[in-house]
Amino acid sequence: MSQENKIGSKFYRWIDERVQLANLRKFMAKKAVPQHRHSLWYYFGGMTLFLFLVQVGTGILLTLYYRPSAEEAYESVQFIMTEVKFGWLIRSIHSWSANLLIAAMFIHLFSVYFLKSYRRPRELTWLSGMFLFVLVLAFGFSGYLLPWNELSFFATKVGTEIAGVLPVVGKFTLHLLRGGDDVTGATLSRFYGFHIAILPGIATMILTIHLLLVQRLGMSVPRGVEKELERTKKPLKEVPFFPNFLLHDLLGWYVALAALAALAALMPWELGKKADPFSSAPAGIRPEWYFVYMFQTLKFIPAKILGMDGEVLGIFGFGLGGLFLFLVPFLDREPLAGRRTALFTGIGVFIVVYILTLTFVGYRV
Amino acid sequence: MQTFLKFLRGFTEGVVLLGLLFGTLGAQEKPNTCLECHSMLEGSLQIPPQKWNADIHKTKGLGCADCHGGDPTQMDDQKAMNRAKGFVGAPQGAALVQMCGKCHSDAAFMKKYNPSLRVDQVSEYFTSVHGKRLKTGDQNVATCISCHGVHEIRPVSDPRARVYPTNVADTCGACHSNDKLMAPYKIKTHQKEEYQLSVHYEALMKKGDLSAPTCNSCHGNHGAAPPGVGSVTNVCGQCHSVFADLFNKSPHKAAFNQMGLPACVYCHGNHGIKHPEDTLLGVDDKTLCSQCHTSGDPGFQQAQTMRQAIDQLKNSIASSEAVLSEAEHKGMEVSQPVYDLIEARQDLTKARTQVHAFNAASLQVFVQAGLNITHRATEKGHQALAEYQFRRKGLAISLVVILIVIVGLYFKIRQVDRRSNGE
Amino acid sequence: MNSENKSEAPVRQPGRRTFLNLLLSTSIGASAVAILYPILNYLIPPKAGEPTTASVVAGKASELKNNSGVIFRFGNKPGILVRTPDGELRAFSAICTHLECTVQYKKDTSQIWCACHNGTYDLTGKNVSGPPPKPLEAYKVNLRGDEVVVSKG
Repeated sequence: MSQENKIGSKFYRWIDERVQLANLRKFMAKKAVPQHRHSLWYYFGGMTLFLFLVQVGTGILLTLYYRPSAEEAYESVQFIMTEVKFGWLIRSIHSWSANLLIAAMFIHLFSVYFLKSYRRPRELTWLSGMFLFVLVLAFGFSGYLLPWNELSFFATKVGTEIAGVLPVVGKFTLHLLRGGDDVTGATLSRFYGFHIAILPGIATMILTIHLLLVQRLGMSVPRGVEKELERTKKPLKEVPFFPNFLLHDLLGWYVALAALAALAALMPWELGKKADPFSSAPAGIRPEWYFVYMFQTLKFIPAKILGMDGEVLGIFGFGLGGLFLFLVPFLDREPLAGRRTALFTGIGVFIVVYILTLTFVGYRV
Repeated sequence: MQTFLKFLRGFTEGVVLLGLLFGTLGAQEKPNTCLECHSMLEGSLQIPPQKWNADIHKTKGLGCADCHGGDPTQMDDQKAMNRAKGFVGAPQGAALVQMCGKCHSDAAFMKKYNPSLRVDQVSEYFTSVHGKRLKTGDQNVATCISCHGVHEIRPVSDPRARVYPTNVADTCGACHSNDKLMAPYKIKTHQKEEYQLSVHYEALMKKGDLSAPTCNSCHGNHGAAPPGVGSVTNVCGQCHSVFADLFNKSPHKAAFNQMGLPACVYCHGNHGIKHPEDTLLGVDDKTLCSQCHTSGDPGFQQAQTMRQAIDQLKNSIASSEAVLSEAEHKGMEVSQPVYDLIEARQDLTKARTQVHAFNAASLQVFVQAGLNITHRATEKGHQALAEYQFRRKGLAISLVVILIVIVGLYFKIRQVDRRSNGE
Repeated sequence: MNSENKSEAPVRQPGRRTFLNLLLSTSIGASAVAILYPILNYLIPPKAGEPTTASVVAGKASELKNNSGVIFRFGNKPGILVRTPDGELRAFSAICTHLECTVQYKKDTSQIWCACHNGTYDLTGKNVSGPPPKPLEAYKVNLRGDEVVVSKG
């Protein structure tokens, strides 16, 4: 036992000398996380990160057998699911984890929004987070096409078509996304490139910035909790990051892992029918659930509103909504001024209710 | 003087003869007053020059006079169309047949144009109902031009030809679907309509299979006549040889002969043959078998057994397919049994063919072979489903492990929280 | 309940803690195995090697005599590899164009023949007699050493 410890400490000293672990250890030991009634929401960031890492891991494994061409994509996924040992599991987890990731990210985003954690000095953390949000949606959109089955083929066709109705840049964007006039094998190669090289590259960069910022600035304490503490003159309760908070995080990750295992066992992700570009679109075609509210809006919107193309207006509206979310730390001065108005909370509630309602309607119709 | 004139005449004759000689060698140079005059005429007499350009005979270098006689070098119509000098005009009936036959029955002559072309059309024609009636003086029957057209005769390989496979039904129907024309002969006119609903018509017109039968494939073309009762199996057996062989060896052969029933068509129909269904076989009211066989006779027994066997294989294939597709859907590897089922489907096809031996025992051989395959395939499907359940169990076990970690973590957290709170 | 726990805690804690640590480390270890085991298995190349869609090894050239044919599996459909009496290798889809039975090589007439309804094809795949409406789909044949590689298109 002591012999072991001796070797361990020797090894530690060797590393410390070269990496200067002492600083890191001091940082870790000092690092504390505020604890209050809204602490629960802190875990969704960590869970999103965990699921993202699951995606990276399973995604890398899938590239070993996947082939990005119209002739072979479907067959290679079929091969993964039937011939490769545990291929069914890896693929099922990749698909389910993608969905859980997006769900966790939505919760993370809106919890940060409602707790107004984006306020000074965390504007850049919010901005980098919003970029990650868009990137993850792009991951979802590009990855959905890769199995080259009937549903994904037509969903991509419809999805890229929406980009095509934009004035001025529409045609160019459509061309850029599809790699041609139509959704073909060229689109597949392109989406594959987006999905496994371009997007991961950008995401790694922004994710690093996001995490560094979180470490530099620490966790934000909600304004309401701060005020209450001021009033009662109590000190802020904190728990050490290591091991307490990390264990909590680990618990969250294991819960996510359990959910993935249960979903993969109970509802294995199916492959569907191979895409046939010459067949007509099957009935009830609809994008992945996290795009349904947009899809449904564009379906409901009248063709012409005040002489303008309704679809363009709809896209314009979503663009404005996105821009609003991006810029909200700069628009919302309330938490700093110490005033309490419900304007931004109201807008947030509206957005959430809108997304939930239209998603629900999209699945009912 | 006399001798000079004689010489002059001989010289001009020689020139004319030379001219004619060159004329037959190069068709283009042959002066053709027929076309010149007829293109200026009105009404039906103007039609021949218009159509003539599309005619196979023109492309082969033949001219008007080669069929109609006369002298195309003469401008004067009296001289050009002098019946005394061999002008035959537009012959009808037997004369027309003889006119075409002049060349088309001459093997030595036809060889120059198309060595593989048959030369027995005229003699065949006179074995047909059309030809026989013509001999008895009926001038309304079809002759060469009724089917091949006039002045616009195209080879059978030309899709625009009236005798091209896809056009034959319309060509025959031009007369045979006409109530007025058929009334004197007491021939029905529904054949084309029925044929257009048949599986053969679909193969020919919709699937583009030019070898699929049209009127002449069964009735003959030049020798057109309805096949006799005894020759039906030979006619259908041209393509469906397996069925013809089976039938001819079956007990039905003698029975049908005895009753004077036409073999294949008695069950399958003639012009409007549909794709046969399994429902034709068996003993309930809708089946063909029950039209003759009644409960208790051996044929009744056979029909019942055959239908049961075919249904059994059919259902067995369907249930195999269902199990395998379920397994496939769940991401299991079952491509081998799916592949094996191809053979079971083939056995079903063979069993359906074997029905025409009208012997249940010989059909059972195929059904049994098919059933062996489906049983194996179903078993493999069930194995795959069991494997799927096994996977779920494996996942459930790891889920339990994960849950234990979660519980352990929960207590550990309580422990460290309490410790840090106590400090 | 709580106070009782607290009073007992100093006595029980060491044993409980080691038990908890043991439980945690073994279960985390087990879950790591549950994660790593599928991944390691996944990395082992499967028997089939690669998804074969466009080409397949139909057989060995040396094992196929002149004037004979053999059925091989091409994806989920049968194919037929024939060696003509002159020794040339050709491959076709083995699905009869009539009713989708599997065709076979007929030595006595050197034809491809369907037993179901006596359809015959010549050795270029063309339908020559019987009910088949269309020729058999022809595949490309290449030799890789002694292996006959058949591919579509």
